Amino acid sequence: MKRYGKYVKPYLGSFILGPILMLTEVAGEIMLPKLMSMIINVGVAERNISYVIGTGIVMVLVAIVMAIGGVGGAYCSSKASIYFTSDLRRDVFAKVQQFSFKNIDTFSTGSLVTRLTNDIQQIQNLIMMALRMMMRAPGMLIGALIMAFIMNPKLAVIILIVIPVLLISIITILKTAFPRFTVMQKKIDNLNNVIQEVLTNIRVIKSFVREDYEAKRFEATNEDLKENSVRAMKVVIMTMPVMTLAMNVTTLAVVWYGGNMIIAGNMAVGDLTAFTTYIVQILMSLMMLSMVFLQSSRAMASVKRVSEILDTEVDLTDEKASHKNQKVEHGSVEFRDVSFGYRKEANERVLEHISFKANPGETIGIIGATGSGKSTLVQLIPRLYDVTEGEVLVDGLDVREYSLEHLREGVGMVLQKNTLFSGTIEDNLRWGDEDAPMDVLRRAAASAQADGFVTAFPKGYLTDIGQGGSNVSGGQKQRLCIARALLKKPKILILDDSTSAVDTATEAAIRECFRTDLKDTTKIIIAQRITSVEHADKILVLDDGRIIGMGTHEELMETCEAYQEICQIQKENAAMKAKTQNKETENKNAADAENTTAKEQEEVSRS
Amino acid sequence: MTRKEREKSLRRRYGNRIAETPKRRGPGGPGGPGRGMAKGTPRDVKASVSRLMAYLKEDTFKLFLALFCVVLNTFGSLAGSYMLRPIINTYIAPTDGSRGSAAGLAGALVVMAAIYAVGVVANYLQARIMLTIAQNALQKLRSDLFTSMQKLPIRFFDTNNNGDLMSRYTNDVDMVGQMLSNTLVQLISGVLSLVGTFALMLYTNVWLTIVTVVMVPLMMKAGGFVAGRSQKYFSAQQSALGSLNGYIEETITGQRVIKVFNHEKIAEEEFSILNDDLREKQLKAQFFGGIMGPVMGNLSQVNYSLTACIGGLLCILRGFDVGGLTVFLNFSRQFSRPINEISSQVSTIFSALAGAERVFAMMDEEPEAADRPDVVSMEGKEGYVKFDHVTFGYVPEKVILKDISLYAKPGQKIAFVGSTGAGKTTITNLINRFYDIQGGEITIDGTNIRDIKRDDLREHIAMVLQDTHLFTGTVMENIRYGRLDATDEEVIQAAKTASADSFIRRLPQGYDTMLEGDGSNLSQGQRQLLNIARAAISKAPILILDEATSSVDTRTEKHIEHGMDRLMTNRTTFVIAHRLSTVRNANAIMVLENGEIIERGSHEDLLAMKGRYYELYTGMKELD
Repeated sequence: MKRYGKYVKPYLGSFILGPILMLTEVAGEIMLPKLMSMIINVGVAERNISYVIGTGIVMVLVAIVMAIGGVGGAYCSSKASIYFTSDLRRDVFAKVQQFSFKNIDTFSTGSLVTRLTNDIQQIQNLIMMALRMMMRAPGMLIGALIMAFIMNPKLAVIILIVIPVLLISIITILKTAFPRFTVMQKKIDNLNNVIQEVLTNIRVIKSFVREDYEAKRFEATNEDLKENSVRAMKVVIMTMPVMTLAMNVTTLAVVWYGGNMIIAGNMAVGDLTAFTTYIVQILMSLMMLSMVFLQSSRAMASVKRVSEILDTEVDLTDEKASHKNQKVEHGSVEFRDVSFGYRKEANERVLEHISFKANPGETIGIIGATGSGKSTLVQLIPRLYDVTEGEVLVDGLDVREYSLEHLREGVGMVLQKNTLFSGTIEDNLRWGDEDAPMDVLRRAAASAQADGFVTAFPKGYLTDIGQGGSNVSGGQKQRLCIARALLKKPKILILDDSTSAVDTATEAAIRECFRTDLKDTTKIIIAQRITSVEHADKILVLDDGRIIGMGTHEELMETCEAYQEICQIQKENAAMKAKTQNKETENKNAADAENTTAKEQEEVSRS
Repeated sequence: MTRKEREKSLRRRYGNRIAETPKRRGPGGPGGPGRGMAKGTPRDVKASVSRLMAYLKEDTFKLFLALFCVVLNTFGSLAGSYMLRPIINTYIAPTDGSRGSAAGLAGALVVMAAIYAVGVVANYLQARIMLTIAQNALQKLRSDLFTSMQKLPIRFFDTNNNGDLMSRYTNDVDMVGQMLSNTLVQLISGVLSLVGTFALMLYTNVWLTIVTVVMVPLMMKAGGFVAGRSQKYFSAQQSALGSLNGYIEETITGQRVIKVFNHEKIAEEEFSILNDDLREKQLKAQFFGGIMGPVMGNLSQVNYSLTACIGGLLCILRGFDVGGLTVFLNFSRQFSRPINEISSQVSTIFSALAGAERVFAMMDEEPEAADRPDVVSMEGKEGYVKFDHVTFGYVPEKVILKDISLYAKPGQKIAFVGSTGAGKTTITNLINRFYDIQGGEITIDGTNIRDIKRDDLREHIAMVLQDTHLFTGTVMENIRYGRLDATDEEVIQAAKTASADSFIRRLPQGYDTMLEGDGSNLSQGQRQLLNIARAAISKAPILILDEATSSVDTRTEKHIEHGMDRLMTNRTTFVIAHRLSTVRNANAIMVLENGEIIERGSHEDLLAMKGRYYELYTGMKELD
């Protein structure tokens, strides 16, 4: 809670003024019934016309002051809550920007998005409501009580009896309802999950003809949701009748006792009316209060979720770096006995005792089965994760001694799961270098074999990329991602299986460009295909987090059994012998060989 | 880049997004996130209403009961309020100046208590009955929506965004639910009490009623002005919110890329531009939304004050009774409430109807065409698949496949290679009639697939897709999805065929391990193996593998080769693969380019042809 203080401070004026202005409105609301009762008790009883008119004018004036207070209060509370959340949102976003990969791993993307959008919005609503209601409801409650006591203490006792009874019943209702609503929310989630699953799996469902099966599954969830909704809501709907009941009982009691007092001559008739008004005000404010509590307990969950982000300790910073001004100049990379586990507590290591060295300009290939730790290994170079043991050196200096900015400036990385952003192709490439001249930008694209297909688009580099890159193919996307990284002119370039969707010939062309254009850049390439890495200066063969072979292609062919095996499989596949043949001439006859000229953007470049 | 330039670029990239309009909680209430009226006004109110009414049909009796309760409740509270007048005038402070009577008062209060009691009971009953009615209707609505959704063709799912479809079940159905359970009742009771109050006011005092009659249009006018303003700023707020939320979603999803590119500062800067923009627009929108309450409320206070003043004068000058003034003041207080309520309900009703329209629109989508009358079953079909001059496009103007002819004999393996977008996946979409072709015909054992019972056709074609799809449930259940009556042993056997058995056994609960969120606790490769197992358990004679092993590494792929071979024996198999190694031993390989088969033949034939395939293949070997 303390941390939220700093968001209040700049707008303290609004935070204080808002409720105060709201209180003027409340004060007016309490005064009006009293004034009204005076019209009846004094004006009407004494047949004093000028008194009636005078008081009437006062009442109208009070109402106008109330309106001003209400509008001012609305402005202040809007301003306070909106500025508060705006600042909070900015800080939460900034905090997420500082997150390390590990921090991001602990929150799911979806949950981070909801926290930044929905939850913060909830907090804003909470504050706005608090500023509008928190003072208003108790103010009205207390004010009306005081007026009631001044007017007639004996009658006011009735209210004192009713309040606790009403409060207890409302609290009981809400307390019973709340857990039921939690259950209901879960059932809603269940239903959504089923629908979501059906939507994403619709092809599977249709191809296995499982529509009825899914319908049954849905029906069960649907029924479950209904039952639990009814169970939760049937409690809540009791609030209104209970409220009305309390109001009615109080009215009856007041009219009975008050009536008797009037009959006995101990009370003025006008007071009876004013009194019933106060009862309504008191019970209404009670109602409002319980609503505020209900709402705020929901919003508190949002507060908690947002706090979780702010509380997260960014576990990877460059605060302790000793060479903050050092930039990556040459691009040598060295791993010294590096071990790594995603969670320190769990003793499972994803990488164990990794040691190797890459000199500036060299190409290092990394090959190994899925889950052998290839991606993890390269992510340690730009310090996306910190090693658990050992050290990673760039230009002979531990990566932890660089400022993160300079280190990552020097390392270009194309992630396996890559993202393009809304905007044009040019917008996206400019991530690598905001101010790059167009020809430099095009050269980078050309190296990544992207220039060709981009210029073939009607709008060229100004072609809009749909959200997440939906209007380019997988291979095109990968090439754009490579171009984006190249534009950064990194000293070290890491490709994490980034050409998997690019066809082999294009991939070869990209490799060729690397060889000529990126002579001085250290290239670290993770690949599935042996052809992608076999010309590397050094190849690492990873298995289960360990290096089980290191050397050139030729050396490994001699020494490394696993490498031989991978090679053999892929070569065997490549060997020109088909096991069986389809000698059906009909098939061949139907072939039309004349259409070879038709080319598409995704075509192999023959350069 | 300067801030100005950045702003411009942001507007270009994110400017056209509009957040769903938040639900308004009536005048004065803070506008929460959610969705509401601006999301569309209903086009055909009458049709939607009558269709919705059909959902209440089963509960017609209950509905009338509830309406009866509403009437009872409204009249109860009106009568209760009005009773004060005779009570005051007769028993407490008799107008003739005599002393009141406690006994009479007691008697009158008993009557009043009885009226109140009836009101309260009716109030509860009405809410309880409406709850059941509404929830029944919602259940039925969801259920109908789901059933009709599943009948829609794949085209529908390909062209609609999942999130949008999801929101029909959540937001739209919710809105309808709210309308059914609250709004309807409130609207009716609002109108009733408005009319009732007005009648009683007239009955009590005509002159005072005129005060109210003058004030009410004034209030409406002021309210309308504020509402208009707030509406305008509201849409501005929504578009700013849309931009910001879009930006958040995208940056958070691409957070890793941001880190790798040192893009944090720029992201913060861009965010703060959008954030500030939202703040300014939100302030206006919320302010105008927020003053609705005070303006309306205090105008009604002015009305109250004037009534008190003029009423007082009437008492003095024209002998209006104090009891009458008392109840009139209560009425004038109550009078503005139903007006506010009705006006806020109207917008809820409109957005609910718009929601209902979206739900019905989805129900009304054209389902997959019904089977022809004389369809045959797949019984006894061996799987001789033939494409005869097939032409197809997802939209008629753009032909994706041109004049494709090919055939696969039972047990043969036919492979498709070619670049992305060449139409490989499209071909597999046609065999099981996810899409219907526009020209030519596809036959199985000589029968046009349009003449085969569609469900039967699909059940006899097993598919393993590129995007791995699993369901919430155990591993066992997921594999069994391929054939629901498979025994545990058969499931395990299928897993063995797909080489999935060994990793499954290493899972915490083996075959009983729960997979959640599309199997996120498994690697992509493992998920593909489960998909293969699911196809293996089906006894379908035709098998389609669309990049089925793309995420399995080469060693594992080698490992499962035998399993795959076993899977393919005796089945007509269509394979799409990126890795040429996977397709090498196919009986025939089709090289697709721009929707046409440009080369075909066995691996050897194609190499000998020295064409496109040779290029692709040697592209891989070029650097040897």
